[in-house]
Amino acid sequence: MNKNIHQNKTDVIVVGAGPAGISAAVTIARAGYEVILIERGTFAGSKNVFGGAIYTQAIKEIFPDFETSAPLERKLIEHKFAILGEDDSTIVSYRKNHEQAVSYSVIRGKFDRWMAEEAKKEGVILVEETVVRELLIENEKVIGVKTELEDYYADIVILADGVNSLLAKQIGLREDIEPKDVAVSVKEVIKLDKEIINDRFLINDNEGCVYQLFGGSMLGKLGLGFIYTNKDSISIGLGITLDELTEKKIKPYELLNQIKSHPTIAPLIKDGEVIEYSAHLIPEGGYKKIPTLSGAGVMIVGDAAMLVNNMHWEGTNLAMISGKLAGETAIVALSKKDTDEDSLARYQEAIEKSFIMKDLYAYRNLMDIIHDKKEVFLDIYLKKINAFFEMFTSVNGIPKRELYRKFIFNFLKERSLKGLLSDGWAILRLIWSILVK
Amino acid sequence: MNLEKNLATLKYTPDNVSHLKPNNEDCKTCKHRPCENVCPAGVYEWLEDEQKLLVKYENCLECGACRIVCEKKSLEWAYPKGTKGVMFKKG
Repeated sequence: MNKNIHQNKTDVIVVGAGPAGISAAVTIARAGYEVILIERGTFAGSKNVFGGAIYTQAIKEIFPDFETSAPLERKLIEHKFAILGEDDSTIVSYRKNHEQAVSYSVIRGKFDRWMAEEAKKEGVILVEETVVRELLIENEKVIGVKTELEDYYADIVILADGVNSLLAKQIGLREDIEPKDVAVSVKEVIKLDKEIINDRFLINDNEGCVYQLFGGSMLGKLGLGFIYTNKDSISIGLGITLDELTEKKIKPYELLNQIKSHPTIAPLIKDGEVIEYSAHLIPEGGYKKIPTLSGAGVMIVGDAAMLVNNMHWEGTNLAMISGKLAGETAIVALSKKDTDEDSLARYQEAIEKSFIMKDLYAYRNLMDIIHDKKEVFLDIYLKKINAFFEMFTSVNGIPKRELYRKFIFNFLKERSLKGLLSDGWAILRLIWSILVK
Repeated sequence: MNLEKNLATLKYTPDNVSHLKPNNEDCKTCKHRPCENVCPAGVYEWLEDEQKLLVKYENCLECGACRIVCEKKSLEWAYPKGTKGVMFKKG
Protein backbone atom coordinates (compact mmCIF):
# COMPACT_ATOMS: atom_id res chain seq x y z
CA MET A 1 0.00 0.00 0.00
CA ASN A 2 1.22 3.47 -0.78
CA LYS A 3 2.44 5.06 2.40
CA ASN A 4 1.23 8.47 1.37
CA ILE A 5 -2.43 7.53 1.20
CA HIS A 6 -2.99 8.00 4.91
CA GLN A 7 -1.41 10.06 7.59
CA ASN A 8 -0.34 8.17 10.70
CA LYS A 9 0.67 5.23 8.57
CA THR A 10 3.12 2.63 9.80
CA ASP A 11 4.18 -0.90 8.90
CA VAL A 12 2.61 -2.75 11.83
CA ILE A 13 0.33 -1.84 14.71
CA VAL A 14 0.22 -4.18 17.68
CA VAL A 15 -2.72 -3.72 20.07
CA GLY A 16 -1.85 -4.61 23.65
CA ALA A 17 1.51 -4.58 25.44
CA GLY A 18 1.37 -7.91 27.23
CA PRO A 19 3.74 -10.82 26.60
CA ALA A 20 2.17 -11.65 23.22
CA GLY A 21 2.06 -8.10 21.89
CA ILE A 22 5.53 -7.17 23.06
CA SER A 23 6.99 -10.36 21.55
CA ALA A 24 5.34 -9.69 18.21
CA ALA A 25 6.38 -6.04 18.21
CA VAL A 26 10.02 -6.59 19.09
CA THR A 27 10.37 -9.42 16.57
CA ILE A 28 9.19 -7.10 13.80
CA ALA A 29 11.23 -4.10 14.98
CA ARG A 30 14.38 -6.22 14.90
CA ALA A 31 13.82 -6.80 11.19
CA GLY A 32 13.86 -3.05 10.64
CA TYR A 33 10.16 -2.39 10.19
CA GLU A 34 8.27 0.32 12.01
CA VAL A 35 5.99 -0.97 14.77
CA ILE A 36 3.59 0.95 16.96
CA LEU A 37 2.61 -0.90 20.12
CA ILE A 38 -0.58 0.52 21.63
CA GLU A 39 -1.31 -0.08 25.31
CA ARG A 40 -4.45 1.04 27.09
CA GLY A 41 -2.84 1.15 30.55
CA THR A 42 -0.68 3.87 32.01
CA PHE A 43 2.27 1.54 31.53
CA ALA A 44 2.70 -1.97 30.12
CA GLY A 45 1.51 -4.35 32.82
CA SER A 46 -0.78 -1.92 34.61
CA LYS A 47 -3.89 -3.73 33.35
CA ASN A 48 -2.36 -7.22 33.30
CA VAL A 49 -2.93 -9.93 35.87
CA PHE A 50 -1.85 -13.57 36.10
CA GLY A 51 -1.17 -16.23 38.69
CA GLY A 52 2.40 -16.06 38.76
CA ALA A 53 4.91 -17.83 36.52
CA ILE A 54 6.82 -17.03 33.38
CA TYR A 55 8.73 -19.69 31.50
CA THR A 56 12.43 -19.44 30.75
CA GLN A 57 12.43 -21.25 27.42
CA ALA A 58 9.81 -18.98 25.86
CA ILE A 59 11.28 -15.73 27.17
CA LYS A 60 14.72 -16.70 25.92
CA GLU A 61 13.32 -16.93 22.42
CA ILE A 62 12.46 -13.23 22.68
CA PHE A 63 14.92 -11.86 25.25
CA PRO A 64 17.85 -14.34 25.41
CA ASP A 65 19.65 -12.59 28.27
CA PHE A 66 16.62 -11.69 30.35
CA GLU A 67 17.96 -13.37 33.47
CA THR A 68 20.67 -10.73 33.85
CA SER A 69 18.39 -7.72 33.94
CA ALA A 70 14.68 -8.63 34.15
CA PRO A 71 12.85 -8.04 37.45
CA LEU A 72 12.41 -11.66 38.57
CA GLU A 73 11.02 -12.66 41.93
CA ARG A 74 11.99 -16.26 42.63
CA LYS A 75 13.24 -19.23 40.63
CA LEU A 76 10.54 -21.86 41.06
CA ILE A 77 12.05 -25.07 42.37
CA GLU A 78 9.10 -26.81 43.96
CA HIS A 79 5.60 -27.69 42.76
CA LYS A 80 3.11 -28.83 45.34
CA PHE A 81 -0.14 -30.43 44.31
CA ALA A 82 -2.44 -30.06 47.28
CA ILE A 83 -5.74 -31.89 47.50
CA LEU A 84 -7.83 -30.05 50.03
CA GLY A 85 -10.73 -31.73 51.78
CA GLU A 86 -13.12 -29.89 54.06
CA ASP A 87 -10.54 -29.77 56.83
CA ASP A 88 -7.72 -32.06 55.75
CA SER A 89 -5.31 -32.34 52.84
CA THR A 90 -2.95 -34.59 50.93
CA ILE A 91 0.02 -33.01 49.21
CA VAL A 92 2.24 -34.40 46.50
CA SER A 93 5.35 -32.39 45.93
CA TYR A 94 8.07 -32.32 43.31
CA ARG A 95 11.24 -30.44 44.04
CA LYS A 96 14.36 -29.96 41.97
CA ASN A 97 16.63 -27.01 41.76
CA HIS A 98 17.49 -27.16 38.07
CA GLU A 99 20.62 -25.27 37.13
CA GLN A 100 18.66 -23.69 34.30
CA ALA A 101 15.40 -22.41 35.77
CA VAL A 102 12.22 -23.73 34.18
CA SER A 103 10.15 -20.85 35.46
CA TYR A 104 10.22 -17.78 37.66
CA SER A 105 7.58 -16.00 39.65
CA VAL A 106 7.28 -12.37 38.58
CA ILE A 107 5.24 -9.26 39.35
CA ARG A 108 3.60 -8.33 36.08
CA GLY A 109 3.56 -4.64 36.89
CA LYS A 110 7.36 -4.81 36.87
CA PHE A 111 8.04 -7.56 34.37
CA ASP A 112 5.78 -6.42 31.52
CA ARG A 113 7.07 -2.92 31.97
CA TRP A 114 10.64 -4.20 31.72
CA MET A 115 9.82 -6.14 28.53
CA ALA A 116 8.20 -3.07 27.00
CA GLU A 117 11.25 -0.95 27.86
CA GLU A 118 13.51 -3.54 26.24
CA ALA A 119 11.30 -3.51 23.15
CA LYS A 120 11.53 0.29 23.02
CA LYS A 121 15.32 0.05 23.06
CA GLU A 122 15.05 -2.07 19.94
CA GLY A 123 12.90 0.42 18.09
CA VAL A 124 9.31 -0.40 19.06
CA ILE A 125 7.22 2.76 19.41
CA LEU A 126 5.14 2.34 22.57
CA VAL A 127 1.98 4.42 22.86
CA GLU A 128 0.44 4.15 26.32
CA GLU A 129 -2.88 5.26 27.82
CA THR A 130 -4.58 4.70 24.49
CA VAL A 131 -7.58 2.45 23.92
CA VAL A 132 -8.19 1.04 20.47
CA ARG A 133 -11.96 1.25 20.05
CA GLU A 134 -12.29 -0.48 16.71
CA LEU A 135 -10.49 -1.72 13.66
CA LEU A 136 -10.57 0.25 10.43
CA ILE A 137 -11.66 -1.87 7.49
CA GLU A 138 -11.41 -1.15 3.79
CA ASN A 139 -12.40 -3.66 1.10
CA GLU A 140 -12.70 -6.36 3.77
CA LYS A 141 -9.14 -5.79 4.87
CA VAL A 142 -7.99 -4.44 8.21
CA ILE A 143 -6.09 -1.25 7.45
CA GLY A 144 -5.70 0.35 10.85
CA VAL A 145 -7.17 1.16 14.22
CA LYS A 146 -9.45 3.79 15.64
CA THR A 147 -8.37 5.07 19.04
CA GLU A 148 -10.10 7.64 21.22
CA LEU A 149 -8.00 10.41 19.79
CA GLU A 150 -7.02 9.53 16.27
CA ASP A 151 -6.86 6.88 13.62
CA TYR A 152 -3.65 4.99 12.88
CA TYR A 153 -3.04 3.04 9.71
CA ALA A 154 -0.81 0.04 9.09
CA ASP A 155 -0.17 -2.74 6.59
CA ILE A 156 -0.73 -5.26 9.36
CA VAL A 157 -2.57 -5.06 12.68
CA ILE A 158 -1.76 -7.67 15.32
CA LEU A 159 -4.41 -8.17 17.98
CA ALA A 160 -2.87 -8.84 21.38
CA ASP A 161 -5.74 -7.22 23.22
CA GLY A 162 -6.27 -10.04 25.67
CA VAL A 163 -8.92 -12.54 26.59
CA ASN A 164 -11.86 -10.24 25.88
CA SER A 165 -10.57 -9.25 22.41
CA LEU A 166 -13.46 -7.10 21.36
CA LEU A 167 -11.47 -6.34 18.22
CA ALA A 168 -11.33 -9.95 17.05
CA LYS A 169 -15.05 -10.09 17.72
CA GLN A 170 -15.67 -6.93 15.70
CA ILE A 171 -14.25 -8.53 12.56
CA GLY A 172 -15.95 -11.85 13.16
CA LEU A 173 -12.81 -13.86 13.84
CA ARG A 174 -14.03 -14.62 17.32
CA GLU A 175 -17.46 -15.64 18.52
CA ASP A 176 -18.88 -14.65 21.85
CA ILE A 177 -17.26 -16.56 24.69
CA GLU A 178 -19.58 -18.90 26.55
CA PRO A 179 -19.52 -18.76 30.35
CA LYS A 180 -18.33 -22.37 30.54
CA ASP A 181 -15.28 -21.59 28.40
CA VAL A 182 -13.83 -18.92 30.59
CA ALA A 183 -12.78 -18.69 34.21
CA VAL A 184 -12.60 -15.63 36.36
CA SER A 185 -9.55 -15.53 38.53
CA VAL A 186 -9.27 -13.54 41.73
CA LYS A 187 -5.97 -13.04 43.45
CA GLU A 188 -4.46 -11.38 46.48
CA VAL A 189 -0.85 -10.38 46.81
CA ILE A 190 -0.01 -10.75 50.48
CA LYS A 191 3.04 -9.08 51.94
CA LEU A 192 5.28 -11.17 54.17
CA ASP A 193 8.93 -10.89 55.17
CA LYS A 194 11.33 -12.74 52.92
CA GLU A 195 12.62 -14.84 55.82
CA ILE A 196 9.11 -15.83 56.84
CA ILE A 197 8.38 -16.97 53.28
CA ASN A 198 11.64 -18.92 53.21
CA ASP A 199 10.73 -20.65 56.48
CA ARG A 200 7.11 -21.41 55.68
CA PHE A 201 7.82 -22.73 52.20
CA LEU A 202 11.15 -24.40 53.07
CA ILE A 203 13.11 -22.47 50.47
CA ASN A 204 16.19 -20.28 50.35
CA ASP A 205 16.49 -16.70 49.12
CA ASN A 206 15.53 -16.46 45.46
CA GLU A 207 14.05 -19.95 45.42
CA GLY A 208 10.33 -20.24 44.92
CA CYS A 209 7.47 -22.63 45.42
CA VAL A 210 4.13 -23.10 43.64
CA TYR A 211 1.01 -24.67 45.07
CA GLN A 212 -1.76 -25.98 42.85
CA LEU A 213 -4.84 -26.29 45.01
CA PHE A 214 -7.56 -28.81 44.24
CA GLY A 215 -10.80 -28.97 46.16
CA GLY A 216 -11.23 -27.01 49.36
CA SER A 217 -13.89 -24.38 48.76
CA MET A 218 -14.05 -25.65 45.18
CA LEU A 219 -14.88 -29.29 45.89
CA GLY A 220 -17.16 -30.42 43.08
CA LYS A 221 -16.70 -27.15 41.22
CA LEU A 222 -14.72 -26.41 38.11
CA GLY A 223 -12.09 -24.34 39.78
CA LEU A 224 -8.55 -24.54 41.08
CA GLY A 225 -6.49 -22.46 43.42
CA PHE A 226 -2.87 -21.38 43.35
CA ILE A 227 -0.11 -19.96 45.49
CA TYR A 228 3.10 -18.47 44.17
CA THR A 229 5.94 -17.18 46.29
CA ASN A 230 7.38 -13.83 45.30
CA LYS A 231 10.42 -12.23 46.95
CA ASP A 232 8.57 -10.63 49.82
CA SER A 233 4.98 -11.49 49.06
CA ILE A 234 2.71 -14.41 48.32
CA SER A 235 0.26 -14.49 45.44
CA ILE A 236 -2.79 -16.55 46.34
CA GLY A 237 -5.83 -16.94 44.17
CA LEU A 238 -8.15 -19.18 42.26
CA GLY A 239 -9.85 -19.51 38.95
CA ILE A 240 -13.40 -20.79 38.50
CA THR A 241 -15.56 -21.02 35.41
CA LEU A 242 -18.29 -18.42 35.04
CA ASP A 243 -21.06 -20.98 34.56
CA GLU A 244 -20.13 -22.50 37.90
CA LEU A 245 -20.46 -19.20 39.74
CA THR A 246 -23.76 -18.50 38.04
CA GLU A 247 -25.28 -21.93 38.68
CA LYS A 248 -24.19 -22.17 42.29
CA LYS A 249 -24.83 -18.51 43.11
CA ILE A 250 -21.44 -18.02 44.66
CA LYS A 251 -19.01 -15.15 44.47
CA PRO A 252 -15.39 -15.68 43.51
CA TYR A 253 -13.95 -13.72 46.41
CA GLU A 254 -15.96 -15.74 48.91
CA LEU A 255 -14.33 -18.91 47.58
CA LEU A 256 -10.94 -17.26 47.93
CA ASN A 257 -11.68 -16.34 51.51
CA GLN A 258 -12.61 -19.92 52.28
CA ILE A 259 -9.42 -21.24 50.70
CA LYS A 260 -7.40 -18.75 52.72
CA SER A 261 -8.90 -20.02 55.94
CA HIS A 262 -8.39 -23.71 55.14
CA PRO A 263 -6.25 -25.24 57.91
CA THR A 264 -3.56 -26.26 55.41
CA ILE A 265 -3.35 -22.82 53.83
CA ALA A 266 -3.99 -20.39 56.69
CA PRO A 267 -0.59 -20.89 58.37
CA LEU A 268 1.19 -20.09 55.11
CA ILE A 269 -0.27 -16.60 54.91
CA LYS A 270 -0.76 -15.88 58.60
CA ASP A 271 -0.23 -12.25 59.64
CA GLY A 272 0.33 -11.21 56.06
CA GLU A 273 -1.09 -7.97 54.75
CA VAL A 274 -3.05 -7.88 51.50
CA ILE A 275 -1.29 -5.28 49.36
CA GLU A 276 -3.17 -5.84 46.14
CA TYR A 277 -6.37 -7.51 45.04
CA SER A 278 -6.94 -8.23 41.37
CA ALA A 279 -9.04 -10.20 38.92
CA HIS A 280 -8.78 -11.37 35.35
CA LEU A 281 -10.39 -13.80 32.94
CA ILE A 282 -8.66 -16.98 31.78
CA PRO A 283 -9.61 -18.64 28.49
CA GLU A 284 -10.50 -22.27 29.29
CA GLY A 285 -12.09 -23.39 26.04
CA GLY A 286 -8.90 -24.92 24.70
CA TYR A 287 -8.40 -26.25 21.20
CA LYS A 288 -12.07 -26.30 20.26
CA LYS A 289 -12.45 -22.59 20.94
CA ILE A 290 -9.39 -21.29 19.14
CA PRO A 291 -10.60 -18.73 16.62
CA THR A 292 -9.45 -18.27 13.07
CA LEU A 293 -6.04 -16.80 13.74
CA SER A 294 -5.64 -14.46 10.82
CA GLY A 295 -7.40 -12.53 8.09
CA ALA A 296 -6.54 -9.89 5.53
CA GLY A 297 -4.19 -7.47 7.27
CA VAL A 298 -4.69 -8.99 10.72
CA MET A 299 -3.41 -11.69 13.09
CA ILE A 300 -4.47 -12.67 16.63
CA VAL A 301 -2.02 -13.73 19.35
CA GLY A 302 -1.94 -14.77 23.01
CA ASP A 303 -5.07 -14.75 25.17
CA ALA A 304 -6.95 -12.94 22.40
CA ALA A 305 -6.47 -16.15 20.41
CA MET A 306 -7.47 -18.20 23.49
CA LEU A 307 -4.03 -19.83 23.56
CA VAL A 308 -3.93 -21.22 27.09
CA ASN A 309 -2.92 -24.72 28.15
CA ASN A 310 -4.95 -25.00 31.33
CA MET A 311 -3.74 -28.52 32.15
CA HIS A 312 -0.18 -27.29 32.59
CA TRP A 313 -0.96 -23.74 33.64
CA GLU A 314 0.84 -22.37 30.63
CA GLY A 315 -0.24 -19.05 29.17
CA THR A 316 2.50 -16.45 29.01
CA ASN A 317 4.75 -18.84 27.07
CA LEU A 318 2.08 -19.58 24.48
CA ALA A 319 1.47 -15.85 24.28
CA MET A 320 5.13 -15.06 23.64
CA ILE A 321 5.69 -17.78 21.07
CA SER A 322 2.47 -16.95 19.21
CA GLY A 323 3.59 -13.32 19.20
CA LYS A 324 6.94 -14.32 17.80
CA LEU A 325 5.37 -16.47 15.07
CA ALA A 326 2.99 -13.67 14.12
CA GLY A 327 5.95 -11.29 14.04
CA GLU A 328 7.90 -13.60 11.74
CA THR A 329 4.90 -13.96 9.46
CA ALA A 330 4.57 -10.18 9.34
CA ILE A 331 8.22 -9.79 8.34
CA VAL A 332 7.86 -12.17 5.40
CA ALA A 333 4.57 -10.57 4.35
CA LEU A 334 6.00 -7.05 4.50
CA SER A 335 9.09 -8.06 2.53
CA LYS A 336 6.84 -9.47 -0.20
CA LYS A 337 4.51 -6.48 0.09
CA ASP A 338 1.62 -8.91 0.41
CA THR A 339 -0.39 -8.66 3.62
CA ASP A 340 -3.58 -10.25 2.33
CA GLU A 341 -5.40 -13.19 3.85
CA ASP A 342 -3.38 -15.93 2.16
CA SER A 343 -0.08 -14.34 3.03
CA LEU A 344 -0.91 -14.03 6.73
CA ALA A 345 -2.41 -17.53 6.83
CA ARG A 346 1.21 -18.66 7.17
CA TYR A 347 0.86 -17.65 10.81
CA GLN A 348 -1.91 -20.21 11.34
CA GLU A 349 0.32 -22.86 9.73
CA ALA A 350 3.25 -21.87 11.96
CA ILE A 351 1.07 -22.19 15.07
CA GLU A 352 -0.19 -25.57 13.92
CA LYS A 353 3.36 -26.83 13.45
CA SER A 354 4.45 -25.56 16.85
CA PHE A 355 4.01 -27.10 20.28
CA ILE A 356 1.19 -24.63 20.91
CA MET A 357 -1.41 -26.26 18.70
CA LYS A 358 -0.05 -29.77 19.28
CA ASP A 359 -0.45 -29.38 23.02
CA LEU A 360 -3.87 -27.79 22.83
CA TYR A 361 -4.97 -30.50 20.42
CA ALA A 362 -3.74 -33.24 22.75
CA TYR A 363 -5.91 -31.84 25.54
CA ARG A 364 -8.88 -31.01 23.34
CA ASN A 365 -11.25 -33.39 25.21
CA LEU A 366 -10.04 -32.56 28.70
CA MET A 367 -12.52 -29.82 29.55
CA ASP A 368 -15.51 -31.70 28.11
CA ILE A 369 -14.73 -34.72 30.25
CA ILE A 370 -14.12 -32.67 33.37
CA HIS A 371 -17.33 -30.70 32.81
CA ASP A 372 -19.14 -34.00 32.53
CA LYS A 373 -17.56 -35.58 35.55
CA LYS A 374 -16.75 -32.71 37.84
CA GLU A 375 -18.91 -33.97 40.72
CA VAL A 376 -16.94 -37.19 40.60
CA PHE A 377 -13.39 -36.11 39.75
CA LEU A 378 -13.42 -32.86 41.66
CA ASP A 379 -15.42 -33.98 44.65
CA ILE A 380 -15.77 -37.69 45.41
CA TYR A 381 -12.29 -38.75 44.28
CA LEU A 382 -10.53 -35.82 45.92
CA LYS A 383 -12.31 -36.57 49.18
CA LYS A 384 -11.52 -40.26 48.84
CA ILE A 385 -7.80 -39.58 48.51
CA ASN A 386 -7.90 -37.72 51.79
CA ALA A 387 -10.15 -40.38 53.32
CA PHE A 388 -7.66 -43.06 52.34
CA PHE A 389 -4.78 -41.32 54.07
CA GLU A 390 -6.94 -40.56 57.08
CA MET A 391 -7.72 -44.27 57.31
CA PHE A 392 -4.10 -45.27 56.66
CA THR A 393 -2.70 -43.01 59.36
CA SER A 394 -5.36 -43.79 61.93
CA VAL A 395 -4.45 -45.58 65.13
CA ASN A 396 -7.66 -46.65 66.78
CA GLY A 397 -7.46 -50.28 67.78
CA ILE A 398 -9.60 -51.35 64.83
CA PRO A 399 -7.99 -54.16 62.82
CA LYS A 400 -6.52 -52.87 59.55
CA ARG A 401 -8.40 -55.41 57.41
CA GLU A 402 -11.63 -54.07 58.81
CA LEU A 403 -10.52 -50.49 58.03
CA TYR A 404 -9.62 -51.35 54.44
CA ARG A 405 -12.87 -53.21 53.88
CA LYS A 406 -14.88 -50.38 55.34
CA PHE A 407 -13.04 -47.89 53.13
CA ILE A 408 -13.76 -49.96 50.01
CA PHE A 409 -17.36 -50.53 51.05
CA ASN A 410 -17.89 -46.79 51.56
CA PHE A 411 -16.21 -46.04 48.27
CA LEU A 412 -18.54 -48.38 46.40
CA LYS A 413 -21.51 -46.98 48.24
CA GLU A 414 -20.69 -43.50 46.94
CA ARG A 415 -19.50 -44.53 43.52
CA SER A 416 -21.10 -47.67 42.13
CA LEU A 417 -19.16 -50.21 40.11
CA LYS A 418 -20.98 -48.92 37.07
CA GLY A 419 -19.91 -45.38 37.89
CA LEU A 420 -16.33 -46.48 38.43
CA LEU A 421 -16.28 -48.21 35.06
CA SER A 422 -17.67 -45.14 33.39
CA ASP A 423 -15.01 -42.96 35.07
CA GLY A 424 -12.27 -45.39 34.09
CA TRP A 425 -13.50 -45.38 30.53
CA ALA A 426 -13.53 -41.57 30.47
CA ILE A 427 -9.95 -41.50 31.75
CA LEU A 428 -8.86 -44.07 29.19
CA ARG A 429 -10.48 -42.10 26.40
CA LEU A 430 -8.75 -38.96 27.64
CA ILE A 431 -5.36 -40.65 27.85
CA TRP A 432 -5.88 -42.14 24.41
CA SER A 433 -6.68 -38.72 22.95
CA ILE A 434 -3.60 -37.23 24.60
CA LEU A 435 -1.16 -39.97 23.65
CA VAL A 436 -2.44 -41.52 20.46
CA LYS A 437 -4.93 -39.55 18.44
CA MET B 1 -15.26 -10.82 53.19
CA ASN B 2 -13.25 -7.70 53.14
CA LEU B 3 -14.06 -6.90 49.56
CA GLU B 4 -14.09 -3.21 50.30
CA LYS B 5 -10.77 -3.45 52.08
CA ASN B 6 -9.37 -5.38 49.14
CA LEU B 7 -10.62 -2.85 46.62
CA ALA B 8 -9.01 -0.14 48.73
CA THR B 9 -5.61 -1.66 47.91
CA LEU B 10 -6.04 -0.54 44.32
CA LYS B 11 -5.31 2.72 42.60
CA TYR B 12 -8.31 3.88 40.61
CA THR B 13 -8.73 6.89 38.36
CA PRO B 14 -12.50 6.87 37.86
CA ASP B 15 -14.08 8.47 34.85
CA ASN B 16 -17.15 10.64 35.44
CA VAL B 17 -19.22 8.43 33.17
CA SER B 18 -19.66 4.68 33.41
CA HIS B 19 -17.99 2.38 30.89
CA LEU B 20 -20.55 -0.28 31.86
CA LYS B 21 -24.05 0.34 30.55
CA PRO B 22 -26.71 -2.22 31.33
CA ASN B 23 -30.06 -1.96 29.64
CA ASN B 24 -32.19 -1.50 32.73
CA GLU B 25 -35.39 -2.61 30.99
CA ASP B 26 -33.72 -5.96 30.33
CA CYS B 27 -32.43 -6.10 33.91
CA LYS B 28 -36.00 -5.80 35.20
CA THR B 29 -36.97 -9.04 33.54
CA CYS B 30 -33.62 -10.79 33.97
CA LYS B 31 -34.11 -14.05 35.87
CA HIS B 32 -30.81 -14.65 37.60
CA ARG B 33 -28.81 -11.42 37.24
CA PRO B 34 -25.57 -13.40 37.05
CA CYS B 35 -23.58 -10.16 36.86
CA GLU B 36 -24.15 -9.75 40.60
CA ASN B 37 -22.55 -13.13 41.25
CA VAL B 38 -19.58 -13.28 38.96
CA CYS B 39 -18.25 -9.77 39.42
CA PRO B 40 -15.05 -9.97 41.49
CA ALA B 41 -15.50 -6.36 42.59
CA GLY B 42 -19.18 -6.45 43.54
CA VAL B 43 -19.92 -3.76 40.98
CA TYR B 44 -23.54 -4.77 40.39
CA GLU B 45 -26.40 -4.64 42.85
CA TRP B 46 -30.07 -4.99 42.03
CA LEU B 47 -32.17 -2.44 43.88
CA GLU B 48 -35.54 -4.14 44.20
CA ASP B 49 -37.40 -1.06 45.44
CA GLU B 50 -36.18 1.14 42.65
CA GLN B 51 -36.20 -1.65 40.05
CA LYS B 52 -32.77 -0.54 39.05
CA LEU B 53 -29.36 -2.14 38.59
CA LEU B 54 -26.85 -0.13 40.57
CA VAL B 55 -23.48 -0.06 38.80
CA LYS B 56 -20.52 0.90 40.95
CA TYR B 57 -18.34 1.16 37.87
CA GLU B 58 -15.60 3.01 39.71
CA ASN B 59 -14.73 -0.29 41.45
CA CYS B 60 -14.47 -2.26 38.19
CA LEU B 61 -11.40 -4.46 37.71
CA GLU B 62 -12.02 -4.54 33.94
CA CYS B 63 -12.09 -8.34 33.73
CA GLY B 64 -15.14 -8.65 31.45
CA ALA B 65 -16.97 -11.43 33.31
CA CYS B 66 -20.25 -9.48 33.45
CA ARG B 67 -20.35 -9.05 29.69
CA ILE B 68 -19.99 -12.78 29.12
CA VAL B 69 -22.66 -13.87 31.60
CA CYS B 70 -25.25 -11.21 30.76
CA GLU B 71 -28.32 -13.33 30.00
CA LYS B 72 -29.89 -10.69 27.82
CA LYS B 73 -26.64 -9.97 26.03
CA SER B 74 -27.51 -6.34 26.43
CA LEU B 75 -24.79 -5.07 28.73
CA GLU B 76 -22.79 -2.48 26.83
CA TRP B 77 -19.24 -3.09 27.95
CA ALA B 78 -16.18 -1.12 26.99
CA TYR B 79 -12.76 -0.51 28.46
CA PRO B 80 -12.49 2.79 30.33
CA LYS B 81 -10.65 5.61 28.60
CA GLY B 82 -6.88 5.30 28.37
CA THR B 83 -6.10 7.35 31.44
CA LYS B 84 -8.96 5.97 33.53
CA GLY B 85 -9.92 2.89 35.46
CA VAL B 86 -7.92 0.53 37.62
CA MET B 87 -4.15 0.34 37.83
CA PHE B 88 -2.47 -2.86 38.96
CA LYS B 89 0.99 -2.38 40.36
CA LYS B 90 1.57 -6.06 41.04
CA GLY B 91 -0.76 -7.96 38.73
